[in-house]
Amino acid sequence: MTLTPHEQALLDGEAGEATAMAMRILVAAADLLGAEQLIEISSAHIDGCLHHGDGGVEFAEALVRGGGRMAVPTTLNVGAMDLLHPGIVRTDAHNTDMARRQMQAYVAMGAEPTFTCAPYQVGHEPDVGQQVAWGESNAIAFVNSVLGARTERYGDFLDACCAITGRAPLHGLHRSENRRAQVVVDVSAVPEALKARDVFFPVLGSWLGLTVGDEVAAIEGLPTDTTRDQLKALGAAAASTGSVALFHVVGVTPEAPTLAAALGGGEAQDEDGVSRRPAPPGWASQSMDRLPRRIAPTSGALRSALARLSTADTAERIDSVAVGSPHFSLEEFTHLAAIVAERGLGTSGPRLAVPFFVCTARATLAEAEELGLIENLRAAGVEIVADTCVVVTPILSDAGGVLMTNSGKFAHYGPSTTGYEVVYGSLEDCVASATTGEVRRDETVWSW
Amino acid sequence: MVTGLPPVRGRVLVSGSGQGPLLRLTHPISFWGGVDPVRGIISDPRHPQFGASLAGRVLAIPSAVGSSSSSAIMLELLREKTAPAAILLGKADAILALGAVVGQELGYQTIPILELPMAALGEMSAEAVVIVNPDGSVLPVD
Repeated sequence: MTLTPHEQALLDGEAGEATAMAMRILVAAADLLGAEQLIEISSAHIDGCLHHGDGGVEFAEALVRGGGRMAVPTTLNVGAMDLLHPGIVRTDAHNTDMARRQMQAYVAMGAEPTFTCAPYQVGHEPDVGQQVAWGESNAIAFVNSVLGARTERYGDFLDACCAITGRAPLHGLHRSENRRAQVVVDVSAVPEALKARDVFFPVLGSWLGLTVGDEVAAIEGLPTDTTRDQLKALGAAAASTGSVALFHVVGVTPEAPTLAAALGGGEAQDEDGVSRRPAPPGWASQSMDRLPRRIAPTSGALRSALARLSTADTAERIDSVAVGSPHFSLEEFTHLAAIVAERGLGTSGPRLAVPFFVCTARATLAEAEELGLIENLRAAGVEIVADTCVVVTPILSDAGGVLMTNSGKFAHYGPSTTGYEVVYGSLEDCVASATTGEVRRDETVWSW
Repeated sequence: MVTGLPPVRGRVLVSGSGQGPLLRLTHPISFWGGVDPVRGIISDPRHPQFGASLAGRVLAIPSAVGSSSSSAIMLELLREKTAPAAILLGKADAILALGAVVGQELGYQTIPILELPMAALGEMSAEAVVIVNPDGSVLPVD
C-alpha cells in the first residue's frame, strides 16, 4: 500500500483526529480489498446514516467530536426516521432519538440532508468517468451504469471514511478493465410492447441479478428511449437479487454507444462519441476465450422472474400498497397523479380503500408540491413518506397481511423486513387494486 | 492442553486471539438480516443453523454474503458483547472485517478474523474447543 505524502499526513493526524481515524479505517479496508493505492474522489453518497444499532451512532458522533468534515460534496441516504412527518414511524423513544442523532451527526459534518436512496434525482449527477464513492446498492448501480461515473460497492463506515478523506481504495469498478461487459444479454426477442412498459423493468432486473450475480452485463435490444426511471428500476431489482453494481445498455448508457464499446471496456468517449478504444478487427475469431457469454431471457424465464416477485400470487385482497423504492421521481409523481385523477379519486371523489404509501426524497416532495401534484394525492388517501422508506423502519401497520408494490426491490425485501406477503404489479395495477382492496392486475401485458 | 492434531494457519484479516467451541455453518450467511446482534443468534429462519448462538463460539463460515450493512451488524455484536470469540471465513470478506476494524477504533473488545478454507478444519470435530492465535494459527485444545 503506497500513500502520497499528503495522505500520510492525514494518517498522522495533521487534519485532525476524525480524518486520521477515517484514514486508518480506509487504509485497513484498502489492504483487505487488495488495493495498492488510494484515488481522489469527487463526491460521496453515505448509506451509513440508517440506524441499525447504537454502534452506528457512536461511530458517527466520534467523527463529529474529532472535528470531522466532508472533504467532497456528500449526500445522505435514507435514515430510520421521517424527519418531516415523524409520527409516521412507529418505534420507541430510544430508537427514535438514536435514529435522529445518527442522521444529524452526518449533517453536522457537512453532508447535505438529502436523505434519499436516489441522490441522482435531487441534483447530484457526477459526470462520465468521474471517480466517486457511493453507497446503497441501487445508487451504486445507477451512478455506474446510467451516469457512467465510477464507484465500487461502499457501505456503512467505509462510505463516511471516503467522504471525510476525499479518497477511495483504487480497486474494482474504479478501474477501466473491470468495467467491460463479461456477458451479453440479448432481449431483442422480447416484444416491443412489453419493453415499452414500466412493469417490465423490475422483472428483467430480477432475472438479471439472479442470472449474472456480480458480473457486468451488456444488454442489447432495449428501446433507445428507455427512460431513466425504467433503468433505475432495472438496476435496483438486479442489485437486490444479485450483486449487480454495473450494467450497460447498448445504445442507451454512456459506456455502451455500441456493443463493441461495452465489451472493450469503460474507456471514456471522445466528444464526437467515438470510442477511443475500438475492439481490434476480427478479435472475436482470433481468440475464442475472449468471447463473452451470450444469453437471452426466454418468455418462461421472465415469467418465472415475475412470479418470484410475488409471494402471495393467489391473494385476492391486499392490505396496503407501497411504491417508491428507489425513491419516487417527479416523473413518477406526475404519472401517479394522472392515474389517480383518471379514476376520479381525491378531492372530488372517493378515497383509496387501503393505505397507499409513496416513499420519496424531501426535495422531490417539495418540487411535486410546487407543481400541485400532491394535494389531490393526499385527498385520495395517499400517504407520503420522506427521508426513509417502509422496508427500513416500521411504518406499515403491525397487523400485517398482503402488500402490493410496483418495486422489484420492495418485492424482494418486503417479506423479510416487514413480515408482509407481497404482490407485484404495475403502478396502474397498484392504484386499481387499492381502489377496492381487491387484487387487479393487467396480465395481458405478459402474453408473450 | 493442546491435542496431537497439527495447527492450521489462516490469513489474518483482523489480528487477535480468541478461544471457544467451534460452530461450523453449512451455508453462507448475510449478517444483515441473518444475525440478531442483541441476542447474538442466527435469526434467518431459512438458514440451516437458525437459532444457533454465536456468543463465545469460534464461528466458521463458508462465505459471508449480502448487504454491506453487515459491517454495522458486526459492530453491534462487538458492542453488545454477543460476538463470536473468533471468525474463520472460507473466503475473505472486507465487509465483516471492516466492522471489527471500526470496533477497534471505538474501543470495543475486538476479535480475530481469519481467511481459512473450511476444508482445513476437516480433522476438528464439530464441537471441539479451538484457540485462534494472533499469528493466524488455529488449534484444538482439550
